[in-house]
Amino acid sequence: MTPAQPLGLPAPLDGSIPQESTIGAEHRAFSLYVHVPFCSIRCGYCDFNTYAVDDFGNGVGLDSYAQDAIAELDFSARVLRDNGAPARKLHTVFFGGGTPTKLPARDLVRILQHAIDLFGLEDNAEVTTEANPDSVTAEDLQVLADGGFTRVSFGMQSAVPEVLEVLDRTHTPANVPKVVQWAKDAGLQVSVDLIYGTPGETLEQWVQSIKSAISYRPDHISAYSLIVEDGTKLAVQIKRGQYELPDDDLMADMYTEAEKLLSSAGYRWYEVSNFSTSPQTQSTHNYAYWKNQDWWGIGPGAHSHINGTRWWNVKHPVAYSGRIRNNQSPAAAREILEPSTRDFESIMLMLRTVEGVSTSYLQEIHGEALEPKLQWLVLQELIDSTELANGRVVLTFKGRLLGDAVTRELLPETE
Amino acid sequence: MSPLATNPPVPSATDPAVIRNFCIIAHIDHGKSTLADRMLQATGVVTPREMKAQYLDRMDIERERGITIKSQAVRMPWEKDGVNYALNMIDTPGHVDFTYEVSRSLAACEGALLLVDAAQGIEAQTLANLYLAMENDLTIIPVLNKIDLPAAQPDKYAEELAHLIGVEPEDVLRVSGKTGEGVTELLDRIVELLPAPEGKADAPARAMIFDSVYDSYRGVVTYVRVVDGRLESRQKIKMMSTSAEHDLLEIGVISPEPNPTKGLGVGEVGYLITGVKDVRQSRVGDTVTSSVNGASDSLGGYEDPKPMVFSGLFPIDGSDYPVLRDALDKLKLNDAALIYEPETSAALGFGFRVGFLGLLHLEIVRERLEREFNLDLISTAPNVIYDVVDESGETRRVTNPSEFPEGKIAEIREPMVACTIIAPSEFIGAIMELCQSRRGIMGGMDYLSQDRVELRYRLPLAEIVFDFFDQLKSRTKGYASLDWKLDGEEEADLVKVDILLQGEKVDAFSAITHRDKAYSYGVMMTGKLRELIPRQQFEVPIQAAIGSRIIARENIRAIRKDVLSKCYGGDISRKRKLLEKQKEGKKRMKMVGRVEVPQEAFIAALSSGEESKDKSKK
Repeated sequence: MTPAQPLGLPAPLDGSIPQESTIGAEHRAFSLYVHVPFCSIRCGYCDFNTYAVDDFGNGVGLDSYAQDAIAELDFSARVLRDNGAPARKLHTVFFGGGTPTKLPARDLVRILQHAIDLFGLEDNAEVTTEANPDSVTAEDLQVLADGGFTRVSFGMQSAVPEVLEVLDRTHTPANVPKVVQWAKDAGLQVSVDLIYGTPGETLEQWVQSIKSAISYRPDHISAYSLIVEDGTKLAVQIKRGQYELPDDDLMADMYTEAEKLLSSAGYRWYEVSNFSTSPQTQSTHNYAYWKNQDWWGIGPGAHSHINGTRWWNVKHPVAYSGRIRNNQSPAAAREILEPSTRDFESIMLMLRTVEGVSTSYLQEIHGEALEPKLQWLVLQELIDSTELANGRVVLTFKGRLLGDAVTRELLPETE
Repeated sequence: MSPLATNPPVPSATDPAVIRNFCIIAHIDHGKSTLADRMLQATGVVTPREMKAQYLDRMDIERERGITIKSQAVRMPWEKDGVNYALNMIDTPGHVDFTYEVSRSLAACEGALLLVDAAQGIEAQTLANLYLAMENDLTIIPVLNKIDLPAAQPDKYAEELAHLIGVEPEDVLRVSGKTGEGVTELLDRIVELLPAPEGKADAPARAMIFDSVYDSYRGVVTYVRVVDGRLESRQKIKMMSTSAEHDLLEIGVISPEPNPTKGLGVGEVGYLITGVKDVRQSRVGDTVTSSVNGASDSLGGYEDPKPMVFSGLFPIDGSDYPVLRDALDKLKLNDAALIYEPETSAALGFGFRVGFLGLLHLEIVRERLEREFNLDLISTAPNVIYDVVDESGETRRVTNPSEFPEGKIAEIREPMVACTIIAPSEFIGAIMELCQSRRGIMGGMDYLSQDRVELRYRLPLAEIVFDFFDQLKSRTKGYASLDWKLDGEEEADLVKVDILLQGEKVDAFSAITHRDKAYSYGVMMTGKLRELIPRQQFEVPIQAAIGSRIIARENIRAIRKDVLSKCYGGDISRKRKLLEKQKEGKKRMKMVGRVEVPQEAFIAALSSGEESKDKSKK
């Protein structure tokens, strides 16, 4: 099962977006997300929109995906133009899933090249694809690099077979260093994703995973904590008592170990879950999300955002293809954000980053109430006092662990 | 056997010789209301079609709990041996909280049916009311009910009843309210055995108020029993306790709906309507006379209602305070015993300190507030009134732990009760253990029959207001019954225990306890709060203190991780919804200093039920 989508407002079938949403677009970056909803098997913890099926019937499947994605690209270019958006080159492109590398590498390149033909690409733009360490070859990676990709993100999750088994991950840990090296050889930047807090995982096993990841010297490491979502296989297993949820204190210890090992190996945090070797190797695409830039999401269930208008596509590939092939917007629903909601989101997202949020912005929202809040947060060592003196609210290490508590304190009131 | 009355006596012109006034003394669940229904049917006052089960209990809460809070009086015609009689059945409350109301109902009667479940035997409260009836010289007709039950043991309990009131076992009537068996015999027996009322027809009018009910359409409806003289419609009447005068707008009898009459004569029972809007202007126990040429002496026996148990009531949503105030004002119209004054709690906000006759009264009022006025309430742990004498010899009444003086105290006195407990003799040990743990002193013990025993204890009221009855029931497998009445005051070594969260006193959790129990209260409450309060961003010490001396301490460890670190990609809405939900949750917290305390923690920490659950877990 995949997560319930938000309710939202009806989205028009012609894909049109409110005129206000295109105002000032020249000052905002424009990015592309391509959702590839195919996987070899469904992992027990995963609640993303993905299917362990290659052929859905009705002529919809792995083979038809690139054609439909290209059709939505054409649709997106037309909608933006017709609704008054100026032409903008792509700032970043990100292929996620699912497992994008379930598609032949040349299909990924074909989609990317079509997007570049339509919009153009900024100089030195970041173009990433996610990849499974087991299903990608040195040749694939070379094809991707030659076709315009600059970065690959491997779903490593753990170096410990027992932990991977709980997660239902099929890859062999030994494959990870191999694919990382291939990607480097092809000239790609490399990121690896890790997950901590898998049921049964010990602190030692987690330390082993981080040390392994560091030893492969990727440019970027993400460390996400496992969230058990309703409706996943893992949630059922926990409910049945097969697994036990990890304790929050253990999770805190794991994050603390990760911070120690990563920083001493030269990886610096730039967002609660993301670490990189330098500012140049941070994920620009991530920042586009966090800074509320514009992006179009291609593919089943993909989310888009154009200046305060968000929409999300229908989830099922057959429904998605049906819409696209009828020249209709695949959007399931949309929401148009109130200014206070946009503030809410900005604070929620940016507070987690090393840039933080400016005090002057918070001042506009909270007025006189801000000062005592900040004093309290400094007193509790949740925000950095030096940064505060420079007019920015930035989480301390302790503040990162209690990031949601800090955020709740600083969020605006919404209806 | 009697058919329906052929020529029922006319109200206001009824010869006292054909009047029979009686009430029914019974324990909850022993079938009083069902039997009353049968009598209404047998006398033709209610046709089967009109029959609403348990016709006399009007309020929903009463119906659900199977108890009668407010008594009423129904006039029923009955013919025996060619004579037409008027029977007045006066319904009485069956719970200890309402002893005074019971005593007034009894004073309006010449006789009482002692109704006992043939499967259970007599219970402590019934026994207490029986003694009350005997003190009032009422003629007692013993009746065993529910003889249709397979578990009925009529012979055994007939003997018990006979032994109690000094009759022969075969004099005990056997009826079934359910099937109607024995009901006509019972009505005949009432006519035969009960004395007719006596009074001076030509003396100034004197009628005793035995109940007073607020009706939103008619104002206060007052139930009276005329002792001397007569009351006439449209005359001016006077309440003798206050000398307040009212116009008698309507007078009549209930049969079973109100029937206006010209008046009420000696021995008659009926209702008055004067247009007053507050039951306090027409108080139970007061004597009604005529304004002109009225009586000079009242009938006596009037007492002001005395609230004995106090609790703070606070709306969970602070903006409901005006709703709570209006709701209490409305309930007061119908409940002369309800008193309250505004109270402010640092932890719970604005609310009221409310006085009740007892715990049942508290529960009923709370339930009515929640149900009829749609309020969500927190009620603080109930406490009693203390007289605190300071060093200068000045006495203060303390109804709230927050009023407990900080300085040196010369003496504290607490109210005492005399308790009667009836139970199978196998539970004597368990009962004695419970009473001793509650600072009880045994007054005596008697066997009612071979295997049933009555125990008498003197206990502090404070020790029985919390969960004594629940504990008694659970230690005796539900067999014990309890009755209590106030029995003076006693000096005691009492202290106030405060609960501090991060050094800040939380007034809602303060309690006045015996010094020997202060420690266990402190340990219990700090332990409970540690479980109930979620971990905060900082360590939170929970302390229990007497004055500045800490007697118990727990720690809530600081939360170390409170951040969602999941890859949400472009699905920002989902992430926002999660934080919005968290933020909503935070709004429902009460702030004690910087500590966020969920409402549920207050409710759970203050509820007595939770405590007994905790005990059984440990």
